Amino acid sequence: MSDALTKDRPREIRIADADIGGIFPSGLEYNPPARGMWNIVHTGMLVPGAHEIFACAQGCLRGVILTAAEMFELDRMSWISVSEEDMFDGTLESDIIDGVVEIIERLRFHPPVVLLYLSCIHLFAGVDFEMITDELSKRFEDICFVDCYMTPTMRTTVSPVMKMSAQIYGALKPLPLNKRAVAIVGNDRKTDEDSELVRIIRQNGFTLYDISYCKTFDDYLKMAEASVNISYIPTGTLAGETLSERFGAKHLHIPASYSFKTIKENYKALCKTLDVDMPDFSEDIEKAEQALSDALTIIGDTPIAIDYTAVTRPFELARLLCEHGFNVSYVVADSAANESEAFEWLKINNPDLLIYSPVNVNMLEMPDEEHEKILAIGQKAAYYFATDNFVNIIVGGGYYGFSGIRKIADLMADAFVNAKDRKEKLRLKGMGCASCL
Amino acid sequence: MKNVSRIIPCYAADTSGVCSALYELGGMTVVHDASGCNSTYSTHDEPRWVDMKSNIYISALTELDAIMGNDEKLINDAVSAGHDKAPEFITVCGSPMPMMTGVDFDAVAHEIQSKSGIRTFPLHTNGTHSYINGASEAFLEIVREYAQPCDRVENGVNVLGLTPLDFPLGADKHIKKWLGDNGFECICTLAMGDSLENVKKMASAAVSLVVSYSGLAAAQLLKDRYGIPFVVGVPYGLEFPYDLAGAMLVSIESREDSFYCAAHGGSNDIVIIGESVSAASLACAIEADRNVKCSVLSPLPTDARILADGDSELYAEEDIERYISQRMPAAVIADPLYKYIVPKKVKFINLPHFAFSGRCYQKHMKNMICCDLKEILR
Repeated sequence: MSDALTKDRPREIRIADADIGGIFPSGLEYNPPARGMWNIVHTGMLVPGAHEIFACAQGCLRGVILTAAEMFELDRMSWISVSEEDMFDGTLESDIIDGVVEIIERLRFHPPVVLLYLSCIHLFAGVDFEMITDELSKRFEDICFVDCYMTPTMRTTVSPVMKMSAQIYGALKPLPLNKRAVAIVGNDRKTDEDSELVRIIRQNGFTLYDISYCKTFDDYLKMAEASVNISYIPTGTLAGETLSERFGAKHLHIPASYSFKTIKENYKALCKTLDVDMPDFSEDIEKAEQALSDALTIIGDTPIAIDYTAVTRPFELARLLCEHGFNVSYVVADSAANESEAFEWLKINNPDLLIYSPVNVNMLEMPDEEHEKILAIGQKAAYYFATDNFVNIIVGGGYYGFSGIRKIADLMADAFVNAKDRKEKLRLKGMGCASCL
Repeated sequence: MKNVSRIIPCYAADTSGVCSALYELGGMTVVHDASGCNSTYSTHDEPRWVDMKSNIYISALTELDAIMGNDEKLINDAVSAGHDKAPEFITVCGSPMPMMTGVDFDAVAHEIQSKSGIRTFPLHTNGTHSYINGASEAFLEIVREYAQPCDRVENGVNVLGLTPLDFPLGADKHIKKWLGDNGFECICTLAMGDSLENVKKMASAAVSLVVSYSGLAAAQLLKDRYGIPFVVGVPYGLEFPYDLAGAMLVSIESREDSFYCAAHGGSNDIVIIGESVSAASLACAIEADRNVKCSVLSPLPTDARILADGDSELYAEEDIERYISQRMPAAVIADPLYKYIVPKKVKFINLPHFAFSGRCYQKHMKNMICCDLKEILR
């Protein structure tokens, strides 16, 4: 299977030989057909009643418009295309303002929020976004205009997904902070109600806000009263920090983790912040251990492949599974940010674990090669290893804490026994969203 | 404003046109872009992506490389991938950011070729034009690069402009069968269901059949270089395919080109919105089979010779909406996503077009080549 000897840019590397600072050199990139991850269109649609307007070139528009079309939300999406001439004739700002005005006049109503997305070329051209939103706000006083960004060229500075995860709270207006209200921010899906995280918040009488609970714009506005904003996925941190700056609420980042030690530390920090007693987690830990043990009985030594879209800490999950006797053979990821401890542990304890690049050009033919039976965790792993036995989650699936480990173990056992229709599952965009396909 | 849309989508862009046109020819296409072009193309504009592998990649351009003008990275990465993938050829094309920074794709291609030893040619996309422009240049350049002088095949036919953006998968087989049934020999179907080897033989054809506007420039090149006349049209319906085959025989005999699909009524009974050659050919087919007059509304780049008197070229949502509202035809035939801007009183007949609605209605796309249109028009 190894192409390390024949290829200029090998697609895989033993973890023992990998440098956490740069696992793979950057190069041309392939795009595998595993479509479950959300993009900035899906995220923007979480704001109830929001209308999205994209201003960019036709090539960039196409993907976002059809994202909306596939999720039956085309009536919440409009666009302004940018031509070559627009970029050089000094009308970039006025074209956007005129275009937005025309779109709003042609809508049969005024949406409470307009998410206005500009693109890389606008930022490179030095467009004055603030002037644009100020001008539009003057013309439409009943509409809140939120600056949004489709700027993949700047992804190494601030990723569009992280920025969008923050901007969806841009239409919130200050409210008196409520000490008994907390919010989970920066996620694109609900946190599992069975998690200790939600349990601690609810059982101690706090009101819990999450944008995915909001049915109306008024529901959404209430989020601003949260005195603590909790983020737990890496792309959610900016949302928490921004809300702190704007409203003075506390931001608590307790990263989704597959380390029992880190989970305990997270809950300690949570309980301290909420000023509540730390529960006894013995039973939760025991259940998680039991679920892992049960899953191992079913899965045995079948090789396991984990990808970075399934969980935000694939190497930490790999370590947890290795420690519990599973045969984790492959990780599909091109970085191990915030996972150095797990990465170093795997280097020593599972040195032959192979890391595959998710985008390397030599991954193209991999699904067509012969593979042993593999249990995959994540869509990209399922695609590349051509297995119908896979756990179909993205970004942790909303699972968190000890119960999250238990549920992922249960999903692994289920996936091992029950094959899925891989092609059908992987083609759907934005896991959890409606789809016309 | 001409560049504003309240609700309907835009068509696939020029970069997707390039990738689609070259998909099956064994080359490697590199789009100089940060991220979006690849996922948009492979998700929404390319129905072959899962079942038929092709070397289509992006450069993964970053802010720093764009600002610093680091074209060397693109060149080195393409050379490296060329080494690993050993493609027949390499093409490089651009998206909006390289346009802003003024990347010289001619020079980049030259460098890649000299370093890799693999034939490399540039295509001048920037993500602001339609797929028609990209596919057109790709077909033109592939024919310019690879068609070689060879002996004439008396009944040989090139089919030009065939991509899944305009035709359902399998259209190449239907066209080949129709050609065979009418005594023609298919030289090359550029570019579905065919290979670079057959592109090399295209100069042997007696006539070219242009099935979309994106094939016209390549057909003109074959005419200019090898004297091969072309006929424009798609064999839709039951009667029109016979007429079109006859026009091709006449063209072989006379060495004259024929924009045969322009021979439709141009009335307002039915308005067909779509790619001009397909829409005009459907108009001919409906008139031949059903005796109902049709006109074409082309929202994409085209050539006036493809259209009949009474046909229109309109690009903006508001112009198309106004045109239909003012004329109030008995029916509109168009992609289902046009329904949003067609008055409810006008009968709407769905004709999914992959270059417009992507995967949304893919399962409803139907072959119309040599087919009774009754079911489609029902």
